Amino acid sequence: MANVGIVLISHSRTLAEGAAELAREMGVGEVTVEPAGGTPDGGLGTSVELLESAVNAADSGGGVVVIADLGSSVLTTKLYLEDREGAGEVVLADAPFVEGAVAAASAAAAGAPVPDVVAAATDAYTFRKT
Amino acid sequence: MGSLDVRAWITRFAELVEADAERLTRLDSAIGDGDHGANLNRGLRSAVAALSSDGEPPPPGKVLMTAGRALVSKTGGASGPLYGTALRRAGKALGDATSVDADEIAAALRAALDAVRELGHAEEGDKTMVDALLPAVTAYEGAAGEGLVAAARAALAAAEKGAEATVPLRARKGRASYLGARSEGHLDPGAASTVLLFQALADAAG
Repeated sequence: MANVGIVLISHSRTLAEGAAELAREMGVGEVTVEPAGGTPDGGLGTSVELLESAVNAADSGGGVVVIADLGSSVLTTKLYLEDREGAGEVVLADAPFVEGAVAAASAAAAGAPVPDVVAAATDAYTFRKT
Repeated sequence: MGSLDVRAWITRFAELVEADAERLTRLDSAIGDGDHGANLNRGLRSAVAALSSDGEPPPPGKVLMTAGRALVSKTGGASGPLYGTALRRAGKALGDATSVDADEIAAALRAALDAVRELGHAEEGDKTMVDALLPAVTAYEGAAGEGLVAAARAALAAAEKGAEATVPLRARKGRASYLGARSEGHLDPGAASTVLLFQALADAAG
């Protein structure tokens, strides 16, 4: 069974790509992490089209967990999931963006199924910094 | 008497937003990220294009679903998903009916309100579009028995009142919520554009 794939949806292309780079590193080469950042014309904002492409690219049969930055990324993802037809489990995690991406990729690399990847990402809210 | 031209409603909404885009952006610049006018204008232009006026208009429900879909994919920001889901759910409520009366519109508006609240989790008093949308839908339902025109006018009056009531509120959703008390004293841009939705409804109703 393939590992869970991760999608990072952000208002910013560079933020999504940067976080994906970090998450791939944490996934030690075992996890597909696809960024979906910004709008198709390269500006700031969210795009359901980029999200859909990223989900398709991230899904290798083990399901997909989506990590969203904030605001309309979350709304866009929720609507996309509502509309989505197609096999395979795709879930939006309630998680902080960077920490959630890293946690999700780490869990996925260890072979965790979708619910456990989601739980790892959500847990990332609890990591304090001071 | 009695059937709403839904395509005219959406087209009129687009016209009003285009004419008012600068004001919506100004409101959004005060407490938001300054893109509401441009975003909604873009989304509605795309919706109108998708509803191209050649030939027989499709059933009202399909018109709203098509418009909603265009808003979701082309608007950007939070208003795309929010207005998009509102119109899609309203369209779904209208089903295949080829003409829709005041009561059917009432049910569609209620479905739209439910969709917005389910997606965004805003409640009345959060300083969002819901502050105009909820009173408008309630007023429409209350006046639906008097017919489409009366109900639409009641809805518009309630939307205007609800939008005005957002001025002193502290935002609890969206970027404006980061401003805390500094969001007070400004009209919410989402509520302002909701007024235009109901202005368009009243205009389309006749």
